[in-house]
Amino acid sequence: MELSKETLTKIEEVIPRYPEKRSAALMVIHLVQDELGFISDETCSWIAEKLEIEPINIKELITFYPMLRETPWAKKHIRVCRTLPCALRGSYGTCKILEDKLGVKEGHVREDGEFSIEFMECLADCGEGPVVMVGEDTYENIEGKNAESFADLLVQEKLDTSKDFTSYENGLVSKSPVSKPTKKK
Amino acid sequence: MIKKNTPQERRIILKHADDPKYSNKIGCYLKNNGYSMLKKAFKMKPEEIGEEVLKSGVRGRGGAGFPAGMKWKFLDRKSGKPIYLICNADESEPGTFKDRQIMHKDPHQLIEGMMIAAYAIGAKQAFIYIRAEFFKGAHILEEAIAEAKEKNFCGDKILGSSYSCDLVVHRGAGAYICGEETGLIESLEGKRPNPRIKPPYFPAVLGLYQCPTIVNNVETLCNVKHVLEIGGEEFAKIGKPNNTGTRIWCVSGQVQKPGYYEFECGALTLGEMIYDVCGGLLPGRTLKAVIPGGSSSKILRADERFSGKLKDGSDFDWGIEDIPLDFDGPASVGSMSGSGGIIIMDDTVDMVEAMANINAFYAHESCGQCTPCREGSLWMKKITKRMCEGDARHEDADLLLSVANQIEGRTICAFGEAAAWPTQSFIAKFRNEFEEKAKNGKNKPSLQLI
Repeated sequence: MELSKETLTKIEEVIPRYPEKRSAALMVIHLVQDELGFISDETCSWIAEKLEIEPINIKELITFYPMLRETPWAKKHIRVCRTLPCALRGSYGTCKILEDKLGVKEGHVREDGEFSIEFMECLADCGEGPVVMVGEDTYENIEGKNAESFADLLVQEKLDTSKDFTSYENGLVSKSPVSKPTKKK
Repeated sequence: MIKKNTPQERRIILKHADDPKYSNKIGCYLKNNGYSMLKKAFKMKPEEIGEEVLKSGVRGRGGAGFPAGMKWKFLDRKSGKPIYLICNADESEPGTFKDRQIMHKDPHQLIEGMMIAAYAIGAKQAFIYIRAEFFKGAHILEEAIAEAKEKNFCGDKILGSSYSCDLVVHRGAGAYICGEETGLIESLEGKRPNPRIKPPYFPAVLGLYQCPTIVNNVETLCNVKHVLEIGGEEFAKIGKPNNTGTRIWCVSGQVQKPGYYEFECGALTLGEMIYDVCGGLLPGRTLKAVIPGGSSSKILRADERFSGKLKDGSDFDWGIEDIPLDFDGPASVGSMSGSGGIIIMDDTVDMVEAMANINAFYAHESCGQCTPCREGSLWMKKITKRMCEGDARHEDADLLLSVANQIEGRTICAFGEAAAWPTQSFIAKFRNEFEEKAKNGKNKPSLQLI
């Protein structure tokens, strides 16, 4: 298992934030998973040693929390919200359109490792449903025709986070002063 | 006929959030008088702040609606153990999306509220437990905390005083149960988030690392800042007695303008929210049902009449549109305002499908610790799914009800109720649709929910 210097530095920085090392488990797992895509048994042992706990203490987290992985998702991982408010706005249809256009069933990784789709529980953006996330970016009102063009842009690698169906939050994270106006209701 | 005026929002928490000129950087926050209440707090005694919060009557905005000042009062200060403050930013109740507005758009407001609260309760360290799906939110909060530390608003020797309190952002990993405060604490300790039993594990006595801990919601902690600004007594005049301050209502589902709207508690009715604020239903549709406080709260049928006695002794006789939007209104009609997530359903919705959708959520999210919840939530999902697949039986409604009744009250945490209440209320209000399914087999609903 190889981790970049940057990740190792971040791990060393995160652990002492907590009064007890074990508390850093989720944060360390996130850092490692962000780089490697999943947590293998070997990685479990490595993290456990870092935090001075047993590998099973890490394994039990990986096997419980929905966002922690024993196998990697694809390069582009698509999360579609399944829960009632988004479903009332058509998210089952959205998921179907994405499955068809991206050529992969939800819960699966496409053979070439390009796309994976996850039909997830509530993403807490219910006012703008159906909500879809691509990696860390959130997209809103992805339904019907929107979903068709959204999927086309994804396939053509032309999806522009700064404008296409984008959520206000995507513009708020940069270090520079925020100039992008938030969506008016 | 004179048309009634549309109720006007009163934005206290979201005052700046959607101002295009406002940014989430500290410079902008300071220009808008930011951190002046933290400075004021540091000139007060910690217990004076607690008194103000108690006087304000501000109730928890996470779901249970417990008075925040009272929660702080329960804190065990005699144990000699360190005290911790945790902000519950897990925002996971389906239909709720208010805390994300605050954290993304105005993170310093939360930090200021938290540092005032931390000082008031004498916290050694504070944590923000944020759901992992808020990738940007966590980045934004980390950056904002770094800015605040640089200006000495948190961290070592805050504002040159002898009080230090570090603030740490902790990310969850996609589990709904982490919104339950003792589950959250287990998760923050690096374990599976299996909730703890109360008693004895009241966080204010035996919380994080078995130390006294206060867990408050994002919106609640922001309110602390405004309580200091407005004053406890004056704050208590906003809204209605026992329902003080504003609330951010999150409206989702089948209305013209879903979204988040901040109103004084009790300033409008559910009907005004749906028809005046949210622009009414989609064209040609009629209202069928409303879930008033996140998916765990009991569903209300559009043609029901609700009557009874209010807490002040007066009688009420309401239709669904007359229910006041505050804490007590939805509670007095047998549901709850919960986390403020109002889910609107129109006549195109097949209630068995909606039920199946909700049941799939709770089956997925049960932590599995208590047998009635782990097994029951899964059976409710399986039964409703089977019903939607054309294999409904006439005894299904009673079967579902019997499963739900065997979960309620038999679990360590309130998740059991959260999973049982939807089924109990759907069957009580829409039994005919469950029975119709058995007679008609697979009818074709216009909308797919499962």
